[in-house]
Amino acid sequence: MDTDEATAAPHASVDGTGPLLDVRDVAVHFPIRRGLILDRTIGHVYAVDGVSLRIHRGETYGLVGESGCGKSTLGRAILRLEKPTFGEVWFDGRDIAPLKGEELRTMRRRFQMVFQDPMSSLDPRQSVEGMLMEGLKAHGLSRGPEADRARLRELVEQVGLPAAALRRYPHEFSGGQRQRIGIARALCVEPDLIVADEPVSALDVSVQAQVLNLLGRLQDELGLTYLVIAHDLAVVRHVSDRVGVMYLGGLVEEAPSQALYDEPLHPYTRALLSAIPVPDPELEDRRERILLTGDLPSPAAPPPGCRFHTRCPWRQPERCDTERPELRVVEGTVGGHRVACHYAEQIRSGTLQPHKVEPAVAEDVLGPGAVPDQPGSVTEILGR
Amino acid sequence: MTAPRPTPTAEPLLQVRDLRVAFRRRGEPDTLAVDGVSFDVAPGQVVGLVGESGCGKSVTSMAIMRLLPRRGVQITGSVKMDGEELLTLSEAKMRERRGRDLSMVFQDPLSSLNPVVPIGLQITEVLRRHRGMDKEKARQAAVDLLDRVGIPDPRRRVTAYPHQLSGGMRQRVMIAIALACRPRLLIADEPTTALDVTIQAQILELLKEMVAETGAALIMITHDLGVVAGLCETVNVLYGGRIVERAQRHRLFGTPRHPYTHGLLRSIPRLDAAAGEQLEAIPGSVVDNLPWAHACAFQPRCPRSVDRCVEVTPEAENTGGRLLRCFNPVPASAE
Repeated sequence: MDTDEATAAPHASVDGTGPLLDVRDVAVHFPIRRGLILDRTIGHVYAVDGVSLRIHRGETYGLVGESGCGKSTLGRAILRLEKPTFGEVWFDGRDIAPLKGEELRTMRRRFQMVFQDPMSSLDPRQSVEGMLMEGLKAHGLSRGPEADRARLRELVEQVGLPAAALRRYPHEFSGGQRQRIGIARALCVEPDLIVADEPVSALDVSVQAQVLNLLGRLQDELGLTYLVIAHDLAVVRHVSDRVGVMYLGGLVEEAPSQALYDEPLHPYTRALLSAIPVPDPELEDRRERILLTGDLPSPAAPPPGCRFHTRCPWRQPERCDTERPELRVVEGTVGGHRVACHYAEQIRSGTLQPHKVEPAVAEDVLGPGAVPDQPGSVTEILGR
Repeated sequence: MTAPRPTPTAEPLLQVRDLRVAFRRRGEPDTLAVDGVSFDVAPGQVVGLVGESGCGKSVTSMAIMRLLPRRGVQITGSVKMDGEELLTLSEAKMRERRGRDLSMVFQDPLSSLNPVVPIGLQITEVLRRHRGMDKEKARQAAVDLLDRVGIPDPRRRVTAYPHQLSGGMRQRVMIAIALACRPRLLIADEPTTALDVTIQAQILELLKEMVAETGAALIMITHDLGVVAGLCETVNVLYGGRIVERAQRHRLFGTPRHPYTHGLLRSIPRLDAAAGEQLEAIPGSVVDNLPWAHACAFQPRCPRSVDRCVEVTPEAENTGGRLLRCFNPVPASAE
């Protein structure tokens, strides 16, 4: 793994040595529209607001955050399912943000997605075979009926399903098996990068481990690169080499997963880690919990300065509410531990101690703040 | 974390005995959702019901609250509160007890709150119905309750509609409604599953405080073993409609004896685990209509199954404060 994350390295090279994915200052803003005839834009939802990250070949990058932090939108922007408002997405030495049409379609073979809910992301009227064949044909990977059949059999066996599964339909499978099909569909076009958005959160706990282990095995066998997006830090930590934590459209911390757990530096990461229940009563009784007050502010009206300052127990009177902190490497940490906090060093050394925070009045929470008082245009209502 | 209160030794507040719930459909065999569940809840005790989807944990709570439809559902067994049978109580009497003696917090507060009624009115409704307060008094009590559950600016919030509140706030309102009449038993069915972890921590803390303050007993229903680990004194693990293991939380998590409990704890990625540790997955998945009738329902997924498991139904045996339904349990020294 590179340790020079913060230094400006040249764009990923085509010879396969640079990072596979280099996301540079990407933002996705959704307009909030109002009015039936005059379709005015009255504001923007700043879903992703300036995120830079790099994913190296064969690495698993975990992206965590709570609902509304923009992690899924970022994943979709990387796959160009959402067009970034600005910023660059370099994939294997090429900026894919401005691509469109046929060029984008052919490029898509190399990055695939595994969705959260396998039932709604699989076509209920298409057999598994039909589904996988469609991908092969669309990307010109079909090599005649004989070879294709052998390839499909190999695929379903790779994800741990019997060959007979090919002739069956999504409703005939359990949740875990459906997720395996979703993974097979992503694999069938031989991609380099797989973006998995909440791959196990719809599954029962006993089945989650099966799918996580499968993803790990496939990475070893096929040399895949993963971007795993999830709200569950325990899951992300388990599968990832590096983890990025998002809050309200921006990355607040990025570190090798062990370092992030051993020494979380950003106040939000600390609160997040302390909030996760651990199935161990001894530990639960001992733990100090950092309880955050209030709710996530609306991404349509993000607070000025540090996005987290309204809920931060370490908030200081200066800089926090005026100056947005950059993601920077903290001296003396391992593996390029990057934090977006003005006071990371003082928090780390313990010179700053947490204090009590009064909950912000619920005016600016997601929901009321993001939604205008009267319903606006039809597009706005449908868009919600 | 607050220390758990000592287990009270008084008469059980709630006594569930051999509860069975069958869903019947014409032309199809009955589906047994709950298959002989028995447990006690002492006054002020926090009891956990844990299991995966389809294990019957929610149906158990609905049966206790008598919220299941009459048609197509057959409920047998006994649910006694203070010695009085709830299952045969008249509808009017049951309505009297619901809200006053026992109440419930559901998973999704948006679908369990009335979307067209201000939240204040939804609280005062309960207070006026069960505690006979007049309008002004009830309104004041509602403001106090909202304040108590941590809603900022409660005086103005009483006129807000559910959609104007965030998910965490809505769940706080649900808790306020459930605790408005100081019930002695609160059933929380996955109260934090729809919420983010930082909000989940807030709500769990609030629930803990509220039951400590009001002295209510709590039945916590969840799929999350982490949630029960810090909250419940006694934990019941359900599989296929039956309790497979029950123990005091430290014993259950310290030395899980049933292969299902054991496997479940091993298959969860843990924050405090060493890096690169392989998860031990439980093979297969839960199937409908589990064959408890003449075998162990967990047998097809069990790594410790022996010949008897497919021939005889294991009975629940109580040894040294632990209830266990298994022929070949994990040895106590295995952990």
